[in-house]
Amino acid sequence: MHGRLKVKTSEEQAEAKRLEREQKLKLYQSATQTVFQKRQAGELDESVLELTSQILGANPDFATLWNCRREVIQRLEAQKSPEELAALVKAELGFLESCLRVNPKSYGTWHHRCWLLGRLPEPNWTRELELCARFLEVDERNFHCWDYRRFVAAQAAVPPSEELAFTDSLITRNFSNYSSWHYRSCLLPQLHPQPDSGPQGRLPEDVLLKELELVQNAFFTDPNDQSAWFYHRWLLGRADPQDALRCLHVSRDEACLTVAFSRPLLVGPRTETLLLMVDESPLAVEWRTPHGRNRPSHVWICDLPTTSLNDQLPQHTFRVIWTTGDTQKECVLLKGHQEGWCRDSATDEQLFRCELSVEKSTVLQSELESCKELQELEPENKWCLLTIILLMRALDPLLYEKETLQYFQTLKAVDPMRAAYLDDLRSKFLLENSVLKMEYAEVRVLQLAHKDLTVLCHLEQLLLVTHLDLSNNRLQALPPALAALRCLEVLQVNDNAIESLDGVTNLPRLQELVLCNNRLQQPGALRPLASCPKLVLLNLQGNPLCQIVGTLEHLAELLPSVSSILT
Amino acid sequence: MADGLPTEFDVVIIGTGLPESILAAACSRSGQRVLHIDSRSYYGGNWASFTFSGLLSWLKEYQQNSDIGDKSTATWQDLIHETEEAITLHRKDETIQHTEVFCYVRQDMDDNIEEIDDLQKNPSLVTSGTLSKLLDSACLSEEMHSLYGTSHGISAKEIPKNDGEILLEVTGIEESQVKEKYYGDKTCIHTFADGDKDENKPIVEDNTDLPKRNRITYSQLVKEGRKFNIDLVSKLLYSQGLLIDLLIKSNVSRYAEFKNVTRILTFREGKVEQVPCSRADVFNNKELTMVEKRMLMKFLTFCLDYEQHPDEYQDFTQCSFSEYLKTKKLTPNLQHFVLHSIAMTESSCTTIDGLKATKNFLQCLGRFGNTPFLFPLYGQGEIPQCFCRMCAVFGGIYCLRHKVQCLVVDKESGRCKAIIDHFGQRINAKYFIVEDSYLSEETCSNVQYKQISRAVLITDQSVLKTDSDQHISILIVPPAEPGMCAVRVTELCSSTMTCMKDTHLVHLTCSSSKTAREDLESVVKKLFTPYAETEIDREELTKPRLLWALYFNMRDSSGISRSSYSGLPSNVYVCSGPDCALGNEHAVKQAETLFQEIFPGEEFCPPPPNPEDIVFDGDDKQPEAPGTNNIIMAKLESSE
Repeated sequence: MHGRLKVKTSEEQAEAKRLEREQKLKLYQSATQTVFQKRQAGELDESVLELTSQILGANPDFATLWNCRREVIQRLEAQKSPEELAALVKAELGFLESCLRVNPKSYGTWHHRCWLLGRLPEPNWTRELELCARFLEVDERNFHCWDYRRFVAAQAAVPPSEELAFTDSLITRNFSNYSSWHYRSCLLPQLHPQPDSGPQGRLPEDVLLKELELVQNAFFTDPNDQSAWFYHRWLLGRADPQDALRCLHVSRDEACLTVAFSRPLLVGPRTETLLLMVDESPLAVEWRTPHGRNRPSHVWICDLPTTSLNDQLPQHTFRVIWTTGDTQKECVLLKGHQEGWCRDSATDEQLFRCELSVEKSTVLQSELESCKELQELEPENKWCLLTIILLMRALDPLLYEKETLQYFQTLKAVDPMRAAYLDDLRSKFLLENSVLKMEYAEVRVLQLAHKDLTVLCHLEQLLLVTHLDLSNNRLQALPPALAALRCLEVLQVNDNAIESLDGVTNLPRLQELVLCNNRLQQPGALRPLASCPKLVLLNLQGNPLCQIVGTLEHLAELLPSVSSILT
Repeated sequence: MADGLPTEFDVVIIGTGLPESILAAACSRSGQRVLHIDSRSYYGGNWASFTFSGLLSWLKEYQQNSDIGDKSTATWQDLIHETEEAITLHRKDETIQHTEVFCYVRQDMDDNIEEIDDLQKNPSLVTSGTLSKLLDSACLSEEMHSLYGTSHGISAKEIPKNDGEILLEVTGIEESQVKEKYYGDKTCIHTFADGDKDENKPIVEDNTDLPKRNRITYSQLVKEGRKFNIDLVSKLLYSQGLLIDLLIKSNVSRYAEFKNVTRILTFREGKVEQVPCSRADVFNNKELTMVEKRMLMKFLTFCLDYEQHPDEYQDFTQCSFSEYLKTKKLTPNLQHFVLHSIAMTESSCTTIDGLKATKNFLQCLGRFGNTPFLFPLYGQGEIPQCFCRMCAVFGGIYCLRHKVQCLVVDKESGRCKAIIDHFGQRINAKYFIVEDSYLSEETCSNVQYKQISRAVLITDQSVLKTDSDQHISILIVPPAEPGMCAVRVTELCSSTMTCMKDTHLVHLTCSSSKTAREDLESVVKKLFTPYAETEIDREELTKPRLLWALYFNMRDSSGISRSSYSGLPSNVYVCSGPDCALGNEHAVKQAETLFQEIFPGEEFCPPPPNPEDIVFDGDDKQPEAPGTNNIIMAKLESSE
């Protein structure tokens, strides 16, 4: 047909494209090479700026070249007049902007802009804020730009209220925006600082209620959007718990002192982190972890010299000062007593309620109601189910225990991908509840049988427990943290899936260990038990290792002090 | 003009409405020699947009339509050979009826009323079409250079106008002071001598009583008349609709600019309110309860893939959509939103149709913004012109004000072989595409037409005021009583380049049961109040005021089948005028169907090739060949 355009075939197009690319590659490589040569030779002049701008203009992610540019600019700063320098900076800012248009998510480019702005005597922050607004207009979730915006806002001392209004406008456009929600969580505490006595990082109730309404709007509109749920959790959560010494235990027999902290920490050999005062005079001691590994740990132990434990005085006082945590605790060992301790009650301190705050139980209660309302409409929404569980725990873990377990059931069914995580979470909550019950009962016996536990946690809270029953659960290991149970005498772990016993180590008082019907394969797995001096009874019936010929002999050799081993 | 016009073509297209223009572009793009002509002085036929004065001239034309005598019938009968016969075409456009104009603002006759911009001698420029002048030319190649050289990316709005000044004829309006009324095909013009009472009072410029409400007079409307681009048909583009797809695929989209419709409104319990339809809307809505938000989102999410959940609607396929909605735990206001504003269906529509419509609406959300619709800047009339431009780029030739007297049919083959124009010139072609308003009464004797009722209002405020006065809104007013039609209202703000600052342009559309005014006046009264400069009732203060109004009926020939026309040769194809629907799907479908019928197997409006992929054949052997323009265009673009 006449008049039809003649167009290259796709092969011709591909060939043309290939040639073009080859050409580009050649240029790219030769320019890169020249830059590196000049850099090596110390020729950091404007030609390097020119060359790097050619490469970075096409590929702004070439971090080394940004470094080159910084070196050149630093060099030129010393040589140029202020006017020339101003022109240079202006060109650099323009160039950066063009690079950002090529790739608005290039780390190197944003970083270089930060660096450059930081060096200017009179940076134009208004312009930078506009730049951020423009890039966020195009992509409201560009977290690189959000980062840069926070930098600019901080430098320019933009009032938090203005920045909050900005996040408002972006959330209005699209509330699936982690960056925007996150920025709110930074700005709101700045806008509403709490009085010194109050818990840090919390919001006044009226502000909190307004935020809760906003975030509820989001999850009622789209309950599957995670960003709103995470913000919700932040709103209801509380700041990190204050550093505290949770428990102090001194034992005359073992001549040692055990300390439990509110968070894992590392106590170096000669650091001043911990000070021990015995009868009001300092005592230099060596701190170690119960499991012997030099890692951050909740629990630290030190041996005491006999002089500190003698029976001549009516009592000895032991005071541990945690210098960095700015806190201390004291316990007394009375004459004639084998041990002495001092501990925070788990019930007083809401030890386990770190996820959500309880300070506003009316707020939590009404949040629980809305979530339940949503759950009725969306019975299969995992975020809603999880939030209900967390709210119930924050309100009253024991009262809601049964209901919580039912929600876990539903949650596991709708989110089978996270079944293992949920099992662990459930184990954690059940353990917390059991500890609470034990505290209320003021006993040192902890019953955790038949709870379907998959993991052991909060073991540092069990420093004083003497009898622990973990039978009929789904545990696969007794973790190193178990070594913190310094008072443990009897440990029952029947009918689990135990394969390793790393945690049954250095337990000074352990006498009886029942491990029937587990998955211990080799006698070697029992080696850690050798470090428990008082172990006399070990029941291994129903483990695969019982089938191995010579197991008993092997074990007798491995654990000479254990008088009774049942296989 | 006819001197330079070639006499051999592949396709002659008569009428420049949307389907004809798409066809012209498609044919030209596939290498056909296209002649595209229109007897009118403007592009687009009933799809056109007019400046205010352009619209007044258009109205006047319909008034005088009957006067156009058979002056130029020349002697075409002599040109018909013995082996041929002629099919005459219509000389008079009868697609517009019952035009009625109401002017509510003061008409100061002392004012020297004229448009601020220079007016042109060339009446074709009265239309909003800025390309008119360029495309009007039959000889394109040279002019296309400059066109593409200057208008890269921006539509050529700034093309300098002629310097000649002509006072706008306002006689029609002046006459109307006598309150003449014409019925039937005549325009009737009513005025309200609102200014009578306080004509002697000095008008205080800074009126403290009404600080927000600017005074607007008729002379201002006329002076700023070029700011208006008043569409004859009120349509929007569905973001995922056929027209958008075609614009993008064919690259015609580069000739136009669009704005997203910003609000979907509804009229419920005497109040205009915003319909939350996107995720962001629902999130930000202050009226809905949390549970309502969830229920609405849940229902809408379900509609997006309702086919996957037959159990949800299977039992309701026999009921109406409104019955079905009642079973979905949606509160009455949510049902209203879904039924009237999202599905935009009549209450009687079936469940499946309702779900389908809802899904279509939702699928269009988010592609370009928070509503499913786009509006072309400078009016709907731009769209046909964009396709004409594409046609011209590939060598199509354009003639406006070019009347065709008859089609010439070869008796033996029964095929149409030529047209004879008003100069008596015979133009040969293989295929003929005719817009149906050109067909004579004889040809259309068996055809029954539907009608569309239209109103065009100029108002002083939006029907739903917010902090911004730059909203583009679509509002569906449900029928007051069952059996009547819902009225579709589109309100355009000045940033759409269709009306002057501080005004809104409002289009009302419904399928007719009576005259346009009878069909639409009740809705106009519900939403607006007549402009008055003096007293204002507190209650009425909240409503926007009417400055000027036009009612008319437009013929809807969209449902007419080809077989209803008698005596047309098989190579004469008929395009229909605008339909009543909101989208442009009918026109696009019609154009594509006809194109496939005429050129089976040819691709319909494929994308133009990349400039670098065009092969240059040594020293061009056919420098004048159509299509070479594109090469020049390509060169220019690639050098930019």
